[in-house]
Amino acid sequence: MQDVYRTSNSLTKNTMHYCPGCAHGIIHKLVAESIDELGIREKTIGVAPVGCAVLAYNYFNIDCVVAAHGRAPAMATGIKRVHPDRIVFTYQGDGDLASIGAAEIVHAAMRGEKITVIFVNNAIYGMTGGQMAPTTLVGQKTTTSPYGRQVEHCGSPIRIAEMLSTIPGAYSVSRVTVTTPANLMKAKKTIKRAFQNQIDGKGLNIVEVLSTCPTNWGRTPYESMRWVDENMVPYYPLGDFKVPEEAK
Amino acid sequence: MKKVVIDAERCKGCELCVKYCPKQCLDIADSTNSKGYLPAFLAREDDCISCGICGRMCPDSAIEVFKP
Repeated sequence: MQDVYRTSNSLTKNTMHYCPGCAHGIIHKLVAESIDELGIREKTIGVAPVGCAVLAYNYFNIDCVVAAHGRAPAMATGIKRVHPDRIVFTYQGDGDLASIGAAEIVHAAMRGEKITVIFVNNAIYGMTGGQMAPTTLVGQKTTTSPYGRQVEHCGSPIRIAEMLSTIPGAYSVSRVTVTTPANLMKAKKTIKRAFQNQIDGKGLNIVEVLSTCPTNWGRTPYESMRWVDENMVPYYPLGDFKVPEEAK
Repeated sequence: MKKVVIDAERCKGCELCVKYCPKQCLDIADSTNSKGYLPAFLAREDDCISCGICGRMCPDSAIEVFKP
């Protein structure tokens, strides 16, 4: 029997605590496979956020630390500056990076820190019970916007990838999703490139991954994937917003 | 050895593998695992083309795919 697909060595054997069908598990696998393929497992340090992925250190078979809410880029900055030979990445959700941690990511990008940021955007606060996030779509119902998000009251959703692509210090900025096998392969390629850029001494590299939250959206995992394609992708277009020619 | 090996104890029955399988080879079992989830299983192995999509789309790393 020839192997077609096997679990990555950069993931531990622990069963994930995520809800059934949560795309966090898929994104974890993409990060782990990229680390495997680049052969950097022994020198990679991960920074976990506060949010659903706070326990990511249980699943990545690498050294991890957890930062205070939103401060993962600041902590990654410190680690990378003390250990410039290590590969440092943060794994953050939208409640972490786009809300309380907005200042940290903007200034880490401004300084051009040589880190990789995996930004998982599912348009809701998952761990705390489905409250409205800065990335919640207009009209989307959450526990704190039961009639749908209204622009006059809460403003418009923030597009992090577009915003960061205007900052000169950001080296590569892309948005991907994992809703179909084709999108999954593109996401894998983009995440791997974001790590390769860091190995080449470039930064800051951010990959925004559109994700799902079946539990708080009240949809099945498969319907959630379709909901991303139909509702999130029109507002958060996929693609590379800023990737230098030499990195392509 | 089967083409698709599913660890029923890791599976949470999210059905993503069942929905994404291009040949509709997978199904959800009738009996639960120890956590109370209904796991997926390879129902029609003859139709399976070992493409690996179920393994890649599985959020819980419960699936490994092999080609004879």
